[in-house]
Order: sequence, then C-alpha cells, then structure tokens
Amino acid sequence: MFQLLHTRSLKIIGVIIGVLLLLCTFFLSIVLGATEISLKMAFDSFVSYDSTSTEQVIIQTTRVPRAIIASIIGANLAIAGALMQALTRNPLASPSIFGINAGAICFVVLAISFFPISSLVQLMWIAFLGAGIAALSVYYLGTLGNKEPTPVKIVLAGAAITALFSSFTQGMLVLDEAGLQDVLFWLAGSVSGRSLEMLLPVLPYILVSFILALGLAYHVNILASGEDVAKGLGQRTGLVKILIAITVVLLAGSAVAVVGAIGFIGLIVPHIARFLVGVDYRWIIPYCALVGAILLLIADIIGRFPIKPEEIPIGVMTSLIGAPFFIYMVRKGLRHE
Amino acid sequence: MNKRITFRSNRGYYSFLVEKKTLTVLTMLFVLTGIFLVISVGVGSTIISPIEAMKTLFGYGFDQHTMIIVDLRLPRVTIAILVGAAMAISGGILQGVIRNPLASPDIIGISGGAAFAAVTFITYFSETLSIKWLPLAAFLGALSISIIIYSLAWKKGVTPIRLVLVGIGISTITSSLTTLMIVLSPYSAASQAYIWLTGSIYGSSWEDVIALLPWLIIFIPLAFICGRSINVQELGDDMARSLGSHVQLHRGILVIISVALAGSAVSIGGAIGFVGLIAPHIARKIVGSSFGSLLPVAALIGSLIVILADTVARTAFLPLDIPAGVFTAGIGAPFFIYLLYRNKNF
Repeated sequence: MFQLLHTRSLKIIGVIIGVLLLLCTFFLSIVLGATEISLKMAFDSFVSYDSTSTEQVIIQTTRVPRAIIASIIGANLAIAGALMQALTRNPLASPSIFGINAGAICFVVLAISFFPISSLVQLMWIAFLGAGIAALSVYYLGTLGNKEPTPVKIVLAGAAITALFSSFTQGMLVLDEAGLQDVLFWLAGSVSGRSLEMLLPVLPYILVSFILALGLAYHVNILASGEDVAKGLGQRTGLVKILIAITVVLLAGSAVAVVGAIGFIGLIVPHIARFLVGVDYRWIIPYCALVGAILLLIADIIGRFPIKPEEIPIGVMTSLIGAPFFIYMVRKGLRHE
Repeated sequence: MNKRITFRSNRGYYSFLVEKKTLTVLTMLFVLTGIFLVISVGVGSTIISPIEAMKTLFGYGFDQHTMIIVDLRLPRVTIAILVGAAMAISGGILQGVIRNPLASPDIIGISGGAAFAAVTFITYFSETLSIKWLPLAAFLGALSISIIIYSLAWKKGVTPIRLVLVGIGISTITSSLTTLMIVLSPYSAASQAYIWLTGSIYGSSWEDVIALLPWLIIFIPLAFICGRSINVQELGDDMARSLGSHVQLHRGILVIISVALAGSAVSIGGAIGFVGLIAPHIARKIVGSSFGSLLPVAALIGSLIVILADTVARTAFLPLDIPAGVFTAGIGAPFFIYLLYRNKNF
C-alpha cells in the first residue's frame, strides 16, 4: 500500500508540519471573513485586549470560539471515521454514512419539540442516545446474514436508517413550524454563532474519547489483521469492539450536539491519513486529528466567501467537498477487505 | 386447467401471457381502489356518506356536495392515485434493474434531484413565474440528476451496486444544497418549501391532474411493455446478454422511464417517500416476481397506499393537514428495516 511518510522521523516531521499548518489555518480563520481583520489586530486582541475596538470584540467573541470549535470537531469526526472504518472493515464507513448524524438530530429535534429542554448537557446525552441507536441498528442490519458484511450492505443500511430518521425529523418540523427556523441552521451543520460555553460541557467527553482512541490504537491494529487472527493472538475482540463503538458514539454524538450535521469529514480524512502514514493506527489517529481539524477549518473559511454577507453552512460545504470524494472512491472500486 | 391466457397479435409480432391469478388480483385491487376513493372523498371536515358520495360522483348529488367533492377532494384523491401508481412503478423498475430489493427513487437520489430543483424554483422564481412551471422544474431536476448519477456510475457499463452508491453520494449533495437554499430563503418560502419536501398533496387541483396525466399516459404503458426485459435482466448481466438482450440499452431505457415517472410524481406530490419501495414488495408477495404482472399490481397498490396515507394525514389531526409523506415514511421506514432483516444476503 502506498505510504508517503516511511520512516519514523519523517512521520514526526509530518506531525510538526501538520501542527504548523493547523496554526496557520487557525489564524486565517480568525482573520478572514465578512469583517476583514489585520494580523496585527488579531495578535493585539490576545496580548492587550481592548473591548472598545469592534474588531477585537469580533475576534474574541465569534472568530476565536468558532475556530476552536471547528478544529476540535474536525478532529472528533475524523477520529470517529477512522475507528468506524477499522471496526467495520469498510472504507466507506463514517458517521454520516452510518446514519449517526441523522439519528442524533432526530432525537434532539424530538426532545426539543416534546420536552422543555434547554441545557446543552441534556441535549448532548440525547444526541448520544440517538447516535448510539442509529449506529447499532446500522451495524446490526449491515452485518446480518451469513455472508461477509460488504461495504455496500452497510452503506444501504445507513441510507435506510438516515431516511427513516430524517423523515421523522421532517414530520416533527412540519408539525411545529415555529421551531423550524431555530433548528434549521443547526440541521445544516454550523460552527458559527456557537459560543465556547456550548463546547465546554461536551469537552470532557471529547477529551476522554481522544485518549480512549489513542489507547485503543494498538488494539485496533491487531483487530485490523482480521478477527480470527486477533482472537488467535489472544485479543478479547468483543471487548475491544465495544470500546471502539463507545468511543465512536461519544465522538460523533458530541460533534452533533455542538455543531449539528457535518458529513464526510469522517469519511475523507482517514483515507488521507492512511495515504500519509500507512496502516498503523497509532499514527493514523493523531494524523486524523490534525488533518480533520485543518480540513474543517478550511471548509469553514471557504464557506464565508461565495455568498457574502451570508454564509454557507459548514455541513453543506463538507458535503460538497466530500460527496465527490465518496463517488470517486466508489468508482475506483471497493476492495472487499 | 390452464393458468395463463395467451394474447397474440395477428402476425405474431407481439404476444404476451397473462396469468389468471393476476387478472383476479387486478380486478380486486380496482374494486378496492374504487371503494377507497369513495370513502376518501367522503371524509374530511364535512362528512359525506359513501352513498351520497357515489351519487355526487355520478352527478346526482346536492350542489354543495358537488362543490366539496368534485372541486376540492376528488382532484386530491386523483392525484394520490396517480402519484402512488407512478412512484410504485418507478420503484418496481429500479428494483428490477438494480437487482436490489432496497432500491427506490428516494434512495438512489432521483427524488432528491427533483426536490432540489423544486425548492430552487420555490425560493427564486415563485414570485415571477407561475406555479404551473414547478412540475417541469422538478422533472428537469430529476432528469439531470439521473443523467449525472448514471454517467458517474458508468465505467464500461453500469453495475447496479455502483449505481446505488453513486446515487447515495449524489443525493447527499442535492440534499445539502436543498438545505442551503432553505436556510438562505426568507421564512415564508422556507416553510412552504419544507412542507413540499415532506410530501404533501394539499390543495391539489384539476390543473395538477392535467399537468401530471400526460406523463403517466405515455410512460406507464411503456413501463408495462418494457417490463419483460427486466425479467431477463434479473438473471444477471452475463446470462441476459447470452439470451440476446441488449443489457445496457434496455437498462438505460428502463432507467429513463423510471425517472420520468418518479420526477413527474415528485413534482406534484413532493417527496412522498417509501411508496416506490414498499408497493413493489407487496405486489411481489401477491403475484410473484414476473414483471408483466408485478408492475400493474404494484401501481394499484401504490395508489392505495397514497390514498390511505393522505386520507389519514388530512383527517386524523383536523384541522391540521399533515403531509402524507410523514405517514408513508412512518409505515415505510420500519418496512424497509424489515426488508433489510429479511434479505440478509442482498
């Protein structure tokens, strides 16, 4: 398999370059937008914050939180995708294909329309629940039968579950038209207008799942060599799989709770990471985090320009970038690993 | 006793077999559709007894009833019948062509293309152009999306699985563009578009019927005629080719028929989901999987489903008029999951 960075030192250099790139895009994300802001101004707002300057207020209250959220969620989704692809041995697996986004959103919309819920923590748990149910049902449906689970089966099961949940969501939104406008932008997936307070309650879970993901990487490597081999090597595959699944649900569910439906990051990034560092998940996961963060930041920045002063929701941007990639992969042919 | 009746044209140029069982089933379904129609035009905020409704339909009713039934409810029920039939046939063809029991216009993205075009139309042109053009817009959307899907899936021919997967990819693009359109549009247009998206035949008029009818008159018989090449295709590409079938050509024609039916149905009824998926399956349970009998039976079953869903949707929560699509999804999605469960080895 092709791999750009062969040696350990190259990979470490790659991480350093990745971090630098991340910082660059982070700053671009702060500087670029409807209100142009100079680099110096951005720098000043950190060093000597002046609350009378509009630019500095914009930086500190909207641009910076937005950039932080985009990078964390990007890393989130990318790692979730990598773990899902390993778990299902399916190059097309990712939160959006699996119907996890749709499931979480459906549950959240249900909860909002039937119960007076306002706290994000509650919403987050509901999103976890929806994500978990959707993921389980897709996995169950996709692996039914005595033949090997093929990528196609899982994608179809995911499409079915997505269709199911999104039609329920639509039904509820039609009944409750007043609520429509509130949740619509969120349905489309957006990192704008999100304050850091929305991220904070979710952050512990995200950090725990990052650590879990890194800790699991070694076991994922073994699992990737095939379930029988892993068993033969003494791995408790059942336990590892459950831990991976929990991590995925935590990652994807918290992402949906904070930013809504953002698709395809989880699909594309693991492939880029594998292209860079090969098949070792101990490298793939950190690379996924970096590349995912950079990609989501870039998608967010691009979305600010085409229809100024309005913005293209980031979920739309990632679909526009990601779906062609998905089609490319389909055309290239799926290896039934 | 002979179970089939043979029809043969004088010169033997065209012939077909009709199973007697199919004829019985079709007759029963016709009667059932008639009964549903009468009941459906009778119920609503003003309830009219079936007998009165029959009288009115044949032109002997009170004026007031005539107004309610002929001008308001009958067009809506007619649309339900037509949309249901079109979706069912479209789904039946797709399932045959793609050789996958899970295919339907909504899942492979044809409805998504139509919906995107329609929402664009509603947001940008509804003030300048008459709503009459909406069906055409939706149809063009469905057609161009299908062409895109088909050509992207083309790589020395089109394999069914690639078609489905590319369709899923494309439909995420169209649905995100649709969401974008709704997010950017003013509130009133947004909710109008959203209701339309969910699938509603609210406020259908005879004009809608007239707009839809030509498509169906052309394409439904065509579907019945071409149906038999699906039978061959279901054997697999190689087998079909060695039996002398032009696989890719027939596949192309069938997909076009399916798109025309789905596009025109979506243009009037919005995305009434899952009908195209369920109806062919029910039909297959009743008459088996030979497409000669499958398609007509599926069409009638599709009509029945949509009439039922729409009748329930507009009466259950009076005075609210819920889009029929919510109900078809409510029935259809669990059914889909049941199918996945049943067809473990698709």
